[in-house]
Amino acid sequence: MSSKNSKYLIFLGCAVPYRVSSYEISARKVLQKLDVKLVEMPEFNCCGLPLDPVSHETMLILAARNLALAEQTGLNILTLCPGCAGTLKKVNKILKADKTLREQINGHLKDSGLEFKGTVETKHILQVLTEDVGLEKIREAVVKPLVMLKVAEHVGCHLLRPKEYIGFDDPEDPQTLKKLIEATGATCLDYINETECCGAPSVGVSDKVALQLARDKLNHVKMVEAQALITICPFCHIMFDTNELRIERMFSETYGIPVLHYPQLLGLAMGITPEELAFNELRVDTSKLLQVIGVH
Amino acid sequence: MTETTATQKEPVKASEIDPKFKYELSRMHGGEKLLRCFQCGTCTSDCPVARFSDTYRPRTLIHMAQLGLKERVLNSDTLWLCAACFTCTDRCPQGVDVASVIRVLRNLAAEKGIVPQVFKDQAASILESGYAYKIPSLRIKKRETQGLPPLPKGNPEKIRKALKGVKFLENKEKEEEQHEQQEQ
Repeated sequence: MSSKNSKYLIFLGCAVPYRVSSYEISARKVLQKLDVKLVEMPEFNCCGLPLDPVSHETMLILAARNLALAEQTGLNILTLCPGCAGTLKKVNKILKADKTLREQINGHLKDSGLEFKGTVETKHILQVLTEDVGLEKIREAVVKPLVMLKVAEHVGCHLLRPKEYIGFDDPEDPQTLKKLIEATGATCLDYINETECCGAPSVGVSDKVALQLARDKLNHVKMVEAQALITICPFCHIMFDTNELRIERMFSETYGIPVLHYPQLLGLAMGITPEELAFNELRVDTSKLLQVIGVH
Repeated sequence: MTETTATQKEPVKASEIDPKFKYELSRMHGGEKLLRCFQCGTCTSDCPVARFSDTYRPRTLIHMAQLGLKERVLNSDTLWLCAACFTCTDRCPQGVDVASVIRVLRNLAAEKGIVPQVFKDQAASILESGYAYKIPSLRIKKRETQGLPPLPKGNPEKIRKALKGVKFLENKEKEEEQHEQQEQ
């Protein structure tokens, strides 16, 4: 790996430090072992996505601020949240293509001594693992193949859509996460409506609708007898792990399906302990799963 | 927020129609291809939210926009149910960026002061700390024991500076002023 794709500015976003530190802890452990160096953002503001529904211009300025801050460091960005990755990618593309808009947005950044130039690339951790680290190196790092495991994946929306701006994998039949799961030795099961939304963005507007979306997915995951559900997004993880008990109570269902961040699954295969991978922070009980793997 | 669509069911009066509305929308970033929609319904049939909501139908929102039912569509509760998954955008055979048209409509509704509380809370938090959520100080302190580096700091002052002249911030500041006056 060249330094350009082995050293990244880590963009944590808001949801990860707020509620999903297990994702950050496990991601940092795994990346360190795979020789990906992480540098902290010198200053941070939200990527802008949550405010896009209220003010598109505000979203553009917030995203451009982060990109301009990153440009000063000369490092590319790695995100854990697909929402952040998607937003930063999209705004980078829009502002590079539209000179008038770029000048308008840069007018807002000028007072802070910042300028968006479009020299930095943003990648989600999944993209770094596939494109920069590579499946071969990941397979080599696996010391404890998880051949006894059958899991399902939920890749979510913003890593892939809208495809015009993201241009990564195939949103209708995404393969990246499946291949990464298979690299750990585990089997990745297909299920109905695999690419559908978890419902998270509708929380707060209509919790009922949001939780029904998550429930529908959990039902399909249960039907194929997956031993765990693998996510790569803090919001999807909250929907399936944090809310799993709530969904069970609300709709009289029983799941008991552990929901792991992909770095937690990979970490187990790399011989990292569940404690180091922050399994204790997960809401759904993982003891059975860890017993199957033989680490407990 | 309740899921009511009374606004959609009442008969349309001619005086409600703003024939220029669709052109106004198609000049906005994300709304450009609105006029191409021929109402095939791919967006609604593929929408994960529409499957579980009795009222949210992206095609209906696009139709209302095309017809010029400005007030009706901007006041519609269902406008805020879109999960922004962009399935409709990716699958529209006419290349309409459906999710972004809905976002444009939400932006216009927000300018009129119609914003669900959840977005208001996130906006307030971003202006206060840089982060969309108020991260408890205990959690920030806990990072050290978790072996995590300190959380990068937000710069609320500079964020406000960067947002100077943006309608969103101007409205927000007006609200804050009113709030202060009420408290005094």
